[in-house]
Amino acid sequence: MSRLATTFAELEKTGRKALIPFITAGDPHPDFTVPMMHAMVEAGVNVIELGVPFSDPMADGPVIQRASERALAHKMSLKKTLAVAAEFRKTNQTTPVVIMGYLNPIEAMGYETFADAAKTADIDGVLTVDLPPEEAAECTALLKARGIDPIFLLAPNSTDERIEKMDALGSGYLYYVSLKGVTGAGHLNTADVEQKLHQIKARTQLPVGIGFGVKDAETAKTVAALGDGVVVGSALISKIEANLDNPERAKQEICELLSSMRLAMDSVGA
Amino acid sequence: MKLLGATVVAVESGSKTLKDALNEALRDWVTNVDNTFYIIGTVAGPHPYPAMVRDFQAIIGREAKQQCLAQAGRLPDALVACVGGGSNAIGLFYPFINDESVKLIGVEAAGDGVETGRHSAPLCAGKPGVLHGNRTYLMSDEDGEVIETHSISAGLDYPGVGPEHAWLKDTGRAQYVNITDTEALEGFHALTRMEGIIPALESAHAMAYTMKLAPTMRKDEIIIVNLSGRGDKDMQTMAKREGIEL
Repeated sequence: MSRLATTFAELEKTGRKALIPFITAGDPHPDFTVPMMHAMVEAGVNVIELGVPFSDPMADGPVIQRASERALAHKMSLKKTLAVAAEFRKTNQTTPVVIMGYLNPIEAMGYETFADAAKTADIDGVLTVDLPPEEAAECTALLKARGIDPIFLLAPNSTDERIEKMDALGSGYLYYVSLKGVTGAGHLNTADVEQKLHQIKARTQLPVGIGFGVKDAETAKTVAALGDGVVVGSALISKIEANLDNPERAKQEICELLSSMRLAMDSVGA
Repeated sequence: MKLLGATVVAVESGSKTLKDALNEALRDWVTNVDNTFYIIGTVAGPHPYPAMVRDFQAIIGREAKQQCLAQAGRLPDALVACVGGGSNAIGLFYPFINDESVKLIGVEAAGDGVETGRHSAPLCAGKPGVLHGNRTYLMSDEDGEVIETHSISAGLDYPGVGPEHAWLKDTGRAQYVNITDTEALEGFHALTRMEGIIPALESAHAMAYTMKLAPTMRKDEIIIVNLSGRGDKDMQTMAKREGIEL
């Protein structure tokens, strides 16, 4: 059983939902990321999405775009992101790490070389924003052969047919983009998400993580009730951006926000 | 654009060039997908845009073919068009793809010269990659980060190219060459002075290559050059480059 499957199965047993933070590797500095990952685990997160910085992050709002730019200024890359994950894994064997990014860095490395490198770094899942299921057969097969879960994104306008396609191809969890827009947008509609989750849940057994508009403990709590996991990114990275002169304070504020989300989520229907 | 009723929004993100404008257009589209159409002015981007735009642009090739047959009584020997994203070129080439006697030549922007790295010539000097929803020749570094492009012409200043051009290159049906900023300016001046036609700086690349190509061909052979745009829009760029006060 993969680390992701184990994590979601154990949470289900206790009726809890996964808290899934996203941070960009190398932001604001390459040395920041590994300690930040460990601190987030301390704060109660279940899965970590580690962003691979990219020059053209088309699906991201301004906050994560700037995180990419700061990381790239330190020459962070896919290769170095995998090294960060491997470093984290040395002292944490249980928390799943999902690499999230865009396809071109993987293309440049080569699919097979990437799959091997991800395996060596003990990565648990790979989420490639601009790799649609229609084009994903080759990459997905290489990852699955190495026990790595390919994770796909569902949108508010995904059809039944497409949900079924992602269910067949994906594993670990499905990521539901809770709103029409880019990361960090601020108009998540609970009723819409609830309705869509019914449609998705009728077509997949995979856990569904919900992200793209989660800002605080309140939205985390609301969203947790609708799916199996809550993904939060821009709200965390805003703390990094607000404390560029003081990374320790950024770390502390991120952990405080995550702890408050954990508390709020665990108070749902327990 | 404003005269035609458009609202023009400047791009402030990333490297603030054409590729960043495309990123912003895609971001706006996914946000307003219920009430907005995404329309791109070139044959690159996610399916089905490259094929759609090609079909619209193919009127260029259909008319060129008809007129050439009417005026010369035969097909041309070579077609020359500049390639940024590649819409004017694919528009001209497409109706001729099965006419194998017709050479198809796409001209990319070499900027300061392909060897300097400061250019916009992915077909001549890039490698396969993925950007903006299509897999094609792309200018990116060894880590897969898209690199900054350079060309005197804004319309050619793009790190990718329409995927159908990548296919025409790989199958050998079309040939892709490049022209530097300096050479393009020679084409610009030559056409302006000799024909009284001010070409766009993009089209000036096609003109400049045609001036190299023509002397290698027989006098009775026919070349069609696509003058895809007018140079009026480039007056400020030209004045600045040549120290002329407007």
